[in-house]
Amino acid sequence: MSEVYKVAIIGSGPAGMSAASRAAQLKLPHVLLEKTDHLSDTIYKYQKGKHVMATPSQLVLRSDQEFDAGKREDILGRWNKRTEELGVNVKYNAEVKSIKGTGPAIEGSIQKIVTRARDGSTTTTELQRHAPPYAITLTSGEVVMAEAVVLAIGTQGNPNLMRCPGADLPHVTYQLDDPYAVLDEHIIVVGTGDAGIENARGLAEDPAQGNVVTVLNRSPKSANVRESFATAKEPNAKALVEDDAAGKLTIRYETETKAIEPGWITLNTRDGEERIRCDRIIARIGSAPPRGFVEGCGIEFASNDRLAFPTLSPQFESTAPGIFVIGALAGYPLIKHCMNQGYDVIEFINGNTDLKPADEPLLEAKFAGLPGKRSVAEWLELLRTNIAILNGMTTLQLREFMLDSDARFTRAGDTIFEKNDPGSSLFAIADGSVNVRIDPNDPSKVVPIQKGSIFGEVGLISGRRRGATVVAASDCICIEISRNAALKLQSQVPSARRAIERISTERQLLQMFGSGLTPDDVREVVDTAKIMSVRAGDAIITEGADDKDIYVIRVGSMIVEKVVGGKPVFLSYLPAGSYVGEMALIDGGQRTATVRAAIKSEVIKIDGEAFGRVLAAKPALLERARRDMEARRATNAFVESKKDGFSGVVDLYSEQAKFLVSQGLGEATDVLLIDERLCVGCDNCEKACADSHDGLSRLDREAGKSFAHLHVPTSCRHCEHPHCMADCPPNAIHRGPDGEVFIDDTCIGCGNCQRNCPYGVIRMDKVPPKKPSLLSWLLFGSGPGPGEPPYKWSKKNTKYTGDPVADDKLDRKKAIKCDMCAGIEGGPSCVRACPTGAAIRVSPDEFLTVARLENEGA
Amino acid sequence: MATTPATGPAPRRRTGASRERQSTHEGFLVHKNGKWIKISAALALALILLYIFVPLPPHHFGSSWLGYTLGTVGALLILWLTALGMRKRAITPGRWSLKAWTSAHVWLGVLLIVIGTLHSGFAFGWNVHTLAWALMMIVIISGIFGVTAYATLPRALSANRYDAEGAITEKQMVEALRSLDRQLHDAAQPLDRECAMLVDRSLEQDPFTGSIINRLTGRYPGDATREAASELRRLRAHRPRIADDPLDKVDALLTRKEAMLARLRRHLRIKGWLQAWLYIHVPMTFALIAALSAHIVSVFFYW
Repeated sequence: MSEVYKVAIIGSGPAGMSAASRAAQLKLPHVLLEKTDHLSDTIYKYQKGKHVMATPSQLVLRSDQEFDAGKREDILGRWNKRTEELGVNVKYNAEVKSIKGTGPAIEGSIQKIVTRARDGSTTTTELQRHAPPYAITLTSGEVVMAEAVVLAIGTQGNPNLMRCPGADLPHVTYQLDDPYAVLDEHIIVVGTGDAGIENARGLAEDPAQGNVVTVLNRSPKSANVRESFATAKEPNAKALVEDDAAGKLTIRYETETKAIEPGWITLNTRDGEERIRCDRIIARIGSAPPRGFVEGCGIEFASNDRLAFPTLSPQFESTAPGIFVIGALAGYPLIKHCMNQGYDVIEFINGNTDLKPADEPLLEAKFAGLPGKRSVAEWLELLRTNIAILNGMTTLQLREFMLDSDARFTRAGDTIFEKNDPGSSLFAIADGSVNVRIDPNDPSKVVPIQKGSIFGEVGLISGRRRGATVVAASDCICIEISRNAALKLQSQVPSARRAIERISTERQLLQMFGSGLTPDDVREVVDTAKIMSVRAGDAIITEGADDKDIYVIRVGSMIVEKVVGGKPVFLSYLPAGSYVGEMALIDGGQRTATVRAAIKSEVIKIDGEAFGRVLAAKPALLERARRDMEARRATNAFVESKKDGFSGVVDLYSEQAKFLVSQGLGEATDVLLIDERLCVGCDNCEKACADSHDGLSRLDREAGKSFAHLHVPTSCRHCEHPHCMADCPPNAIHRGPDGEVFIDDTCIGCGNCQRNCPYGVIRMDKVPPKKPSLLSWLLFGSGPGPGEPPYKWSKKNTKYTGDPVADDKLDRKKAIKCDMCAGIEGGPSCVRACPTGAAIRVSPDEFLTVARLENEGA
Repeated sequence: MATTPATGPAPRRRTGASRERQSTHEGFLVHKNGKWIKISAALALALILLYIFVPLPPHHFGSSWLGYTLGTVGALLILWLTALGMRKRAITPGRWSLKAWTSAHVWLGVLLIVIGTLHSGFAFGWNVHTLAWALMMIVIISGIFGVTAYATLPRALSANRYDAEGAITEKQMVEALRSLDRQLHDAAQPLDRECAMLVDRSLEQDPFTGSIINRLTGRYPGDATREAASELRRLRAHRPRIADDPLDKVDALLTRKEAMLARLRRHLRIKGWLQAWLYIHVPMTFALIAALSAHIVSVFFYW
C-alpha cells in the first residue's frame, strides 16, 4: 500500500482503455487493472478476422486512442501499440474481488442489496458506504489504493463454472476460439444454448477434423426442438438435431456430468452411469452478470429489473461517491460511446466540469428544428418534466434515449401519422395536444390526447399498422421513440413500463368496444387486467372449461379450434387487437372452443366479473358484444354444418389452416403462396424476382413445404416483429412505408439476420454483373437470358478493376431478402409474372377465414 | 367467440407505386370471372353472323371490306399473341399481370380460328395462302393442347410429390436417389462378383439418360435397376437360403430405388409434357409469321 493512485480503472475494454489513456496523457497517477493477460478481453475473444463495426457513424470519436471499423486483429494491434506509447500503467492478471471505502462512514448513505433466491424469495442486506480513498482488493490478495475508481467491466460477467468433481482440471474450458484448430479429439460440449451449439457444430463440421463430439442435454428428446433446446435459437437447435441425425455428432438427452478425470468423463444418464472418453470439455452454461459484485461496491441500480443499469450522475458518478461507471455496464454497449466516456470521465475526475459530452452536436441537431431557442440541457429538462413516462430517467439515460429518438414539431391540423401506415414507434407529447380520428370519414369525430401522454403504442406493441389517424390539435412537439428505444426505456424505468402498459390496456379496451365508453367506465377492468405472455401452441381458453375471463390479444396471434366429430377443427384466426372469450361471459356455460397461440404472444387477461359489470351498466356495449358474438356463432355453425363424414372438406380446410400457421402465417403480414393446382413449374416468379432485383432471386419456389396443394415457398413473410431485425449490428433492416421489411445498403454481410430467420428466407450473396438486354438475348443469344445468371457466368463476367478496395466491394456478400418490390409500380413481380395465377400474396387476416371454405369449396 | 379489428380498404402504397392486391385467386382460364372467354365468344358469334348475313361477293372474299378487315385484325392479332413471349420475359414495372395476358392469349388465340377461317372464305388450295392458314391451325391446336396440359397436369405433378411424410421436391428426389446409391454401394460389398456387377450397373446408370421419347412416355426399357432387381431375385431362387443374406438388404434397397426412380421419372414426364408442346407451338409461330408475310406480299403484288 505504497501509493494512493488518483484513479484506478477496472477493466481494459474500449471504455477502460480509453480512460487510462486519457489519464496517462494528463499525467494523472493511475493504474489500469485487467483480469486477463491482454487488453480488451471481449473483443479479444471475437472470432478471428471478425469485422468490427464503428457505429453510430455520425458520432464523433473523442479519445486518445484511435478506432475505425476494421478487422479485430488490426484494431487490437493499434490499441496495444498506442497503450504502450502513452505509457499507460497496466496491471495484468489483476482480478478485482472487492472495492471498499477506507474513509469515514458516510452518514445516511446505506446501500440496500436485494438478493433473489431461486424459489422467488428475497433477502435484503444493508451496506454502509464509506468515503474514499478506496481499497481495491485483488483475488491475489494484493490491495490497490485509489481516490477514484472507474468501473468499466462490461456486462460479460464471469462464465458459470462446472461444479462436479474434477471441474478444475485444465481440459475443462469455457470458450473456444477457433473450432477448426481442434483435431482428432473426443470432445464433450456442456450447455445447449447458442454458444454451445455453435461450438459443437464447428468442431464436427468437417469429418476430416476427426473429432468425436458429444453434446449433453439435460432435457428429454422431443420432436419439438423448442422443448428440448429451450435456450437456443430454433434454427440453431434444428441444425444441431440434423447433424445428430446425419451422424456428425451425438446429442445425449437427459444426461448430466457426474465426474471428470483426465481423458474420461462419467455421465449420469437416464439408464444409469456411463464413462466415456473425453479429451476436452467445453462448458457453455451461461454467465453470471456482474451485478452482485457491483452492488457490493455500494452502487445502486435503477430497478430490480434484470436489465437495469446503475443509477449515475451526468458525470457517470454512481451512488458511491468517487466510483464512476462507464461503458456497457452503464448501458452503452457501442465501442465509440465507451471510448468517449472513458475520455470524459477522466476529464471530470480531473476537475474539467465544463466538458460537454461528445454527443452534444448530435442532440443539438435533433432539437434544431423545434421552435423556441433552448439549449440541449434545457430541452432535455423540458422533456423530462413534461412527459410522464420520462420522469424517472437520469440525464445520461435521457441523452442516450434521445439519440435513438426524434423530436418533431407539428403545426395544428397537420397529420402525424395516418391509419394503416406501418410503424412500430411510440410517440410522446412534450408540448401541445393531438387528436385521434376515430372515424376515417368524419374528421370531426376525435379523441384528444393531452400534453405529457403518449400515443402510437398499438404499433409499438403489436407490430401492426397504425389503427387510426392522429392529427395535431394545436402546434405541438412530439418525441418519436423508436421501438428499440421504447423497449430500453421500459426496462430502465419500471414506472414507464407500467404507465405504457396501463395506457395501452385502457386504449385497447376503449377502441375495441367503441366510443360509448369513457376511461372511468373501464377503470376497474383496467386495474384488474393482467398482461400474460403465452408460448406458441399453449391454450388460453380450453373447450369445456368453466372460467369466464376475457382475453385481448396484444402481441402475436391466436387460432380458435373446436372438437367436432372427435377431431379438432380450425374455426378462425385472431390477429393482435382482437378479443376473445365473451361467449361464456354473456351466455354463461362452458367454453365452446379452444383458443391457442399461433406464435409466442401476449394477451391482456380481463377479469370476467369486472367486465360483466361494465356490460351490465352499458346496454349499448352489451348489444354490440352480442352482435359480435352472433356473427362468430354463425361462422362456427357454418363450419360445423359443413363437417360431415363424407366430404372431408372441413378437415382439409382445417388441416390446411393449421399447416399455414405452422409455416409462420401466424406472425406474417404478407406472404407468397403457390397453388399447386395451377403451378406449371415455369419458375417465371423466380426469374421475375431476379430481374427486378440486381439479378438475384429472393425466393425459392420449389423449396419450402406444401400441404394439400398449397405450397409455401421459401420467401419472406414480413413478420409483425421480424426476427431478422433483432440483431443487426448496423441496424440496416427496417420496415418500409408499405409494410415491407427490407435491408438497406449499410448491410455489412455479417449473416446475423440469416441465422435469426426461422424460415430461412435470407441468403448471403454478391451481386452478379449486369446482364445484356433482353432484346440482345432474344435476337443474338448474348448473355444468360432472363432470371438469375448461373454462377459460372457471373464469375466469368465480373469485371475486376485491379484496385483491391473496389474488387473487395464487388466480392462482398450481402444479405438479400424480399422487399415486396417496394417502389416498383405494379407491386410484387412474382405475382405479376405468374402466367397461370398460381402465385398469390396474402395476409393471414384475409386468408385464414371461412370465406375460403365458401368460395373455393377448398 | 371473438371479433377481429375492422379491416379497412387496402392500404395505399406510400412509395408512390401502386399495386393490385388479390387475396382470392382464380386460374388464368377464368381470369376476372371469365372476361376473355366471354369477349372471344361474343366476337366469334358476331363475326359468324356477319359472314352469314352480310351480302358479299362469292369469290375473292378476301378483297371485300369484311375480308380486309378480318385479315388485318387477324395479322395484328397474330403479332400481338406472339408478343406474349416478350411480355413474359420483360419484367418491367407497371400494373400488368401475366395471368391476364395469358388469359387473353388463350381465348383470343382460339378466336383466331374463326377470324382466320372466315378470312379465307373457305377457299383452300395448294398455295402459300392455305399454307399460312394451316400453320396457324397447327399453332392454335398445339396451343389448345398446351392449355389442356396446363389445366390438368399441375395437379398430377403436385400429387406425385406427396408421400406419407409430406411433399418432396425434385432436388430431394435426386438426393434420395444418391443416398440410396451410396447405401447400395455399401450393401453390395459382401456380394459375389456376378451379383456385384448387376448392382454396379444400376449404380452406374445415370437416372437422367434417355431420349425425349423415354422422357415423355415414362418408359425406360433396359433400366439397369429393374434388371438388377429381377436378375438378383432369379439368381437367389437357385441358392440355399442363409440367415442375414446380404442379398436381402440389396433387394430391399433396389426396390426402394426403383420406386424413387419411378417417381422421379413420373415427375420428369409430367414436366416434359408441360414443356414439350412449346417446341411445336413456338417454332410454328415463326413459320406462320414467315408464311403470313409471304401471303400478304403476294396478295398485294400479284392481285
